[in-house]
Amino acid sequence: MTTKHRTAKHRKQTAYIGGMRPQDILMPVAAGLCCKPGGFHIDPVRPVERAVITHGHSDHARPGHGAVLARQETLDMMRLRYGDNFARSTQAIRYGEEIRLGDVKIKFHPAGHVLGSAQIAVTCKDTCIVASGDYKDAIDPTCTPFEVVPCDVFITEATFGLPVFRHGDAADEVKKLLASVALFPERAHLVGAYSLGKAQRVIALLREQGYDAPIYLHGAMETITRYYESRGIALGELCAVKGVKKADLAGTITLAPPSATSDIWTRRFPDPVTAFASGWMRVRARARQRGVELPLVISDHADWDGLTATIAATGAGEIWVTHGQEDALVHWCQARGLAARPLDLVGYGDEEEHEVVAADEAEA
Amino acid sequence: MNRFAELLDRLAYEPGRNNKLRLITAYFRDTPDPDRGYALAALTGALSFKHAKPGLIRDLIADRTDPVLFGLSYDYVGDLSETVALMWPKAPPPGHNNPPPPTLSDVVTTLRTLGKTELPKQLACWLDELDETGRWALLKLVTGAMRIGISARLAKTAAAALGDKDPHEIELIWPGLSPPYLDLFAWLEGRGEKPVNRDPAPFRPVMLAHAIEDSDFANLDPADFIAEWKWDGIRVQAVSGRDERGYMQARLYSRTGEDITKSFPDLLPSLHLPGAIDGELLVLREGRVQTFNVLQQRLNRKIVSPKLMKDFPIHLRAYDLLGDDENDLRELPFDERRAHLEKFIKKLDDPRIDLSPTIAFDSWETLMAARADPASAGAGEDADAVEGVMLKRRDAPYLPGRPKGQWWKWKHDPHIIDAVLMYAQRGHGKRSSYYSDYTFGVWTSGEDGEQLVPVGKAYFGFTDEELLQIDRFVRRNTTEKFGPVRHVVHEPDQGLVLEVAFEGLQRSPRHKSGVAMRFPRISRLRWDKPPREADRLETLERMLKDVTAN
Repeated sequence: MTTKHRTAKHRKQTAYIGGMRPQDILMPVAAGLCCKPGGFHIDPVRPVERAVITHGHSDHARPGHGAVLARQETLDMMRLRYGDNFARSTQAIRYGEEIRLGDVKIKFHPAGHVLGSAQIAVTCKDTCIVASGDYKDAIDPTCTPFEVVPCDVFITEATFGLPVFRHGDAADEVKKLLASVALFPERAHLVGAYSLGKAQRVIALLREQGYDAPIYLHGAMETITRYYESRGIALGELCAVKGVKKADLAGTITLAPPSATSDIWTRRFPDPVTAFASGWMRVRARARQRGVELPLVISDHADWDGLTATIAATGAGEIWVTHGQEDALVHWCQARGLAARPLDLVGYGDEEEHEVVAADEAEA
Repeated sequence: MNRFAELLDRLAYEPGRNNKLRLITAYFRDTPDPDRGYALAALTGALSFKHAKPGLIRDLIADRTDPVLFGLSYDYVGDLSETVALMWPKAPPPGHNNPPPPTLSDVVTTLRTLGKTELPKQLACWLDELDETGRWALLKLVTGAMRIGISARLAKTAAAALGDKDPHEIELIWPGLSPPYLDLFAWLEGRGEKPVNRDPAPFRPVMLAHAIEDSDFANLDPADFIAEWKWDGIRVQAVSGRDERGYMQARLYSRTGEDITKSFPDLLPSLHLPGAIDGELLVLREGRVQTFNVLQQRLNRKIVSPKLMKDFPIHLRAYDLLGDDENDLRELPFDERRAHLEKFIKKLDDPRIDLSPTIAFDSWETLMAARADPASAGAGEDADAVEGVMLKRRDAPYLPGRPKGQWWKWKHDPHIIDAVLMYAQRGHGKRSSYYSDYTFGVWTSGEDGEQLVPVGKAYFGFTDEELLQIDRFVRRNTTEKFGPVRHVVHEPDQGLVLEVAFEGLQRSPRHKSGVAMRFPRISRLRWDKPPREADRLETLERMLKDVTAN
């Protein structure tokens, strides 16, 4: 499809907005989502002069940019991961705070994905586009709840963009884990969880269920977990698993990056039960493929009902769908008379899959 | 239903037998009657109702979802029941008018009497009330596709553990029991008497043999033993008896006591005398014993067609008699039981049941010669179906389990080849951090010269120490990764040679090499051997020819 053709098509669809066309405000380019009138990129995957970043996961927050605008937590996470020189300059922004950049105004709103995660509302003249990054509308004791932001164009993720993804109540999944710990007191329970966000949420959920024994951590998640604690999130007693005697790990729960739960590292545990906390665990074939024995359906992304409810609630007439199962969500929007299209952004995805690769290299 | 669904869900992911047992036992302990009884029935395959067709499920979901979204979802999930369970529209939030989700007992008792036309509506109603896992289990149950890797034996063993009983005790009374097994659970929990088996044709726990080692012979006197061929079929117990009304009932049991009568209706008319025969189930064509591969066509069949019975005629070769009419013979020494058996078979006078012949020998040397050449030692044309010899003490009573020193099996030496490790895959459960499943290949001439072609897969036979060594080798010599599979270096001068032992060989169009091995296992690691010296496909083809030419 030529650019000319695409432009013509969208002019027709967005004629009601008047003045500025949405794709003049934000457009996908190789480096990410580019805002020309504002002179910045959102979550750029290549180094750019000015980056605005939704949250701290490594596929969204990359090093090497000139100026970075993000929530304080996101900046801190980038510093922990990449070191002090991850960008030339940084600026922190609060939820609800409005900043003018070039010809546009931007405002951060909670996305409910992980600590510090934000949706970014970009307004130019009277057109408002919300780039939601990754988000979830489910309750999470470790971050500020998601907020619906009314807008003209809503950019949504589609990680779990199929109607089979229904995540249910995370508390029930944690109860399943605790029931297993009670049934197999001589075995260790190893919970694979992405180290930024998911792990801390699982710990907080365990504490909510009244589990007050020490929870053990794989070395790769200590720093970030301690950071969560430093931001006032109570996680109870946590211990490094390194150096603990095998026999002493019977009946305990250890959190580890997903890839570590099927590696040599697990040999330090007595007959471990391998659990994995992820939205993917909803589908049996996915769980079996990974050799998971106790799948826990706990997701930091919105499920199908969450995605569709959010799209409807924003009141947006046009929906851009990115990273994940775009087809089904675009179809759903179109069936409801919403203009919708997949946004071909490269370089984002399921952070769990990313971590698998990274940790595999580190642990090998 | 939701609690039963949780159990099925957990069992589906649990690879370890002991852990499965604990999960099932815990379920029996926590679940009240009659639900747990129906669960036991579901796990042992004792439930009977007409199963729903997949088409019915498709219609139900088509009425409720967008076809495009269903198509995309089904493609992604790959299983109809699971897709429907996950996509089923959410029921209205719980209010005072919503019925509680159905129990397993509700489902089972309703299905028993439900008419075909009422099924869709009832199913939809249950699906509204259950959660995702509950819906999945319900659909698996009603479509009769509960493949979760649980044998009836395992479920009974789990029930036995509830009352610290031997599973054999349950096996013995099982034929007299029926769902929801209230009397069984009462007994297991010490609240009631042991149920009595009124079955006229009950199973008796079987006696098993030890594998004999070369060093054992020195302490054994040939005169104390009777030798028979070890037939490559399946061990069965054929029992007949008169019920309260005087009708003859016949049943066929597997060695674990599972009732397999339904798979072999063609054998039942032959079991017309009251008694209990221990023997080997075989396929005979024109009086010749067929190989295990042929017999396999008759195993695990729910429906047995007349054509199948005609093409694979079933036969029982008897080697022991445990009961003769009302008399229990198990306390008698083997040679006396053998005399009873010979009389019994003669009286039976049926072409489908014959006597397992004994092998004449006066020293271990003569027996060894017979074992090496069964054809000229009496097995004649049936020699292919002989996998060794059995030694039974003349004075041994029939004892359940594997008593020491009574029965010995002396198998043929396995076939051995040297193959090259090509791919390795992670194991499951305890082995999930080890590369423990190995694909191995042998050399053949291809378009690009000499190349390895995979001929089999093995995941046992090695010691724990050897597993560690292979695991280390795999990690250090991986050339490519494909999901859970690692390509391991296999060049003429680089790679690992595995000595593979196997029991038999057959042609297989499904394998690239054209051959498939029976029961392959790693017998030795040949660190000393360069891959170029491993065996060639021609060697296997020659073995195959030898087998079929005999």
